[in-house]
Amino acid sequence: MLINGVTVVDTFAEAFAMSGTRVLITAENEKWAEAAARTMTGFATSVIGCKCEAGIERVVAAGETPDGRPGVMVLLFATSADGVGKRLVERIGQCVMTCPTTACFNALQSENTVVVGGLLRYFGDGFQASKQFDGRRFWRVPVMDGEFVVEERFGVQPAVGGGNLLLLGEDLPPTLSAAEAAVNAMRTVPGVILPFPDGVVRSGSKVGSRYKSVIASTNDAYCPTLRAVSKATALDQETGCVLEIVIDGLDVDAVREAMRRGLRAAAIPGIRQISAGNYGGNLGQYKIELRSLL
Amino acid sequence: MSLTLTLHTQPDVPLEAETIVPQRFDGMDAKKVAAAKVLYGNQPAALGDFFRVEGRPDGELRVVGNLSWIKMIGAGMTHGRIVIEGNVGMHLGAAMSGGEILVDGNVADWVGEEMSGGRIVVKGNAGHLVGSALRGESVGARGGEIIIHGNAGNEVGGGMRRGLIAVGGNSGDFTGVSMLAGTVVVLGQLGIRTGAGMKRGTVVSCKPAELLPTFSYACSYRPVALRLVLGYLRSRGLAISDAQFFGRYRRWSGDGVETGRGEVLLLE
Repeated sequence: MLINGVTVVDTFAEAFAMSGTRVLITAENEKWAEAAARTMTGFATSVIGCKCEAGIERVVAAGETPDGRPGVMVLLFATSADGVGKRLVERIGQCVMTCPTTACFNALQSENTVVVGGLLRYFGDGFQASKQFDGRRFWRVPVMDGEFVVEERFGVQPAVGGGNLLLLGEDLPPTLSAAEAAVNAMRTVPGVILPFPDGVVRSGSKVGSRYKSVIASTNDAYCPTLRAVSKATALDQETGCVLEIVIDGLDVDAVREAMRRGLRAAAIPGIRQISAGNYGGNLGQYKIELRSLL
Repeated sequence: MSLTLTLHTQPDVPLEAETIVPQRFDGMDAKKVAAAKVLYGNQPAALGDFFRVEGRPDGELRVVGNLSWIKMIGAGMTHGRIVIEGNVGMHLGAAMSGGEILVDGNVADWVGEEMSGGRIVVKGNAGHLVGSALRGESVGARGGEIIIHGNAGNEVGGGMRRGLIAVGGNSGDFTGVSMLAGTVVVLGQLGIRTGAGMKRGTVVSCKPAELLPTFSYACSYRPVALRLVLGYLRSRGLAISDAQFFGRYRRWSGDGVETGRGEVLLLE
C-alpha cells in the first residue's frame, strides 16, 4: 500500500478501552485559560507512569462558554471512571483552582458522572456556597482573587486510548517534519488528544522488560541503533529515525479519523514507511487496520 | 388537540381548582374531566360548571379566560405542561415538584409557594410572596424556577431554601426575607428591607438599593457564578443586558442578625 510514494505497512494499531471526560476551563483571557489547561495536562502522557492521559482538545471562543469568557477544552483519560474522578480532583484542585481567574465546567453529557466540585468545595473551609439550576450544581469556593467556580459533577464515558502511528524515516529532520504535519492534521479532529509532548513520542515502549520491576521498556524493534543487535527489529538499514504519535479519543471513530488524517499528512519525502504499534492483538479491545484508513 | 379548559362562567367567589393539573387528567376523556371536583367558595362543584372542556389529555393543558378568581391551578403538579392564557389567581403551582407552567398574563399572590421542582414562567406581573413559605411555615421554595417577566410584590423568596426566582422588573419590600439558600434575581429596583433575616442565599439587583444596617459591605467584583445564572435566565428568554452580565457587583454580606452568610449583589 502506498500513499504519495510512502509505503503503508499492512498492520494495525492496537487500542484500549479507557474512560474519558471533557473539561472546559475558562478564565479572564486566553492566556490564563491556556495556562491552567497546560498545567492540568502536564505530566499526563501515559497511564503507565502518570495514572492518566490528558491534553488540550481546542480553544473555545468567549461566546461559546457559559460565563462569556475565553476557554480551553481538555480531554482526560484513565483506565476507569473512578480513576478519571480521582485525577480530576487532583488536577483541577492543584492546577486549575490555583490559576488566577479560572472557572471549570463539565463539558461532557453522560449518564455516568463523577464528583469533582463536590469534593473540591471543602477547600472553602465552610465559606463555600453553591448555585443549582437547570439540573446542574456549581460550587463557589472563595479564593484570593474572588471565587473559584467548579461544577459539582463531570461526565465520564467509555473511550479509546492508544491509537497510534509509527513514522519510519530516513533521518531525523524529515521524520520530525512528517510528525509535525501529522499532528497538525490530527488536531483538527474533535474528541481526540495527542497526549505526548506536542503530540509526538520518541520513546515508544513494549510490554515488559528483562528487569522484573519494569512493566514497560524501550521498543527495541523500532530503535535504529539496535537494528543490528535486536532480533525483533522491524527496520531496514535505510531507516535512521522513528517517531510515534499516540491518539486518545472519546470514541473509536474519532481515533480512526485522526489516524486517517495523520497518515495522509505524514506521507512526505524522506518517510520510508508508516506503520502502527500492536501487541499481536492480544491486549487491546480495538484493532485499527491501517489498510482501512486508506 | 391538547386538553383545553375555557372559562365560560365567571365565579362570584374564588374557585379552588387544584384539580387542574395534568397528572390528574391522565387517561380521562373530556366528560370525566368536566366532572372533576372543585371547591366553589365552601361548596363542592364540578369543573364543567365553570369550564368548557375540549380535546384530550396529552401532557399539555391549556386554560383560557380571566382566571383571577381561580386558585390553586397546578398545585402539586409533578409533570407535564400548563399554558394559561389570561390572568390567574392565588397559589398557582403551589408545592409543585415538576413540569412547567406558562402564564400569558398576571398572577396573584403565592405563586410557586413551597415548590420543590419544575418551572413557572409569568409574562406579566406577580403578586406578593412569590416562592415563599406559607404563614406559620419556615421553609419556602425548596427547588425549581420561577421567572416573572414583569414586577413582583413583597416577600419574594421568603424562607426559600433552594431554587431560582427571577423578576424582570421591580420587587417589593422584604425580598429574600428569611432566606435559607437559593437565588433571587431582580433586574429592577428592590423594595426596602431586602434580605431581612436571611441566613444564606443570594439576592441580586441591577439597581442601587438601600440595605439594612445589619448588612456589611465586602467588595466589588465580577462574580462568575452570577454570569452562569444570568446566562441561564437569558437562555430562558429574560432580557439580560451585557452590562448586567459582565458587570461589576457590590457584595454585601448579611443578615448580621442571623449567620451573615447570605449575600446581596448590587450592580455598580
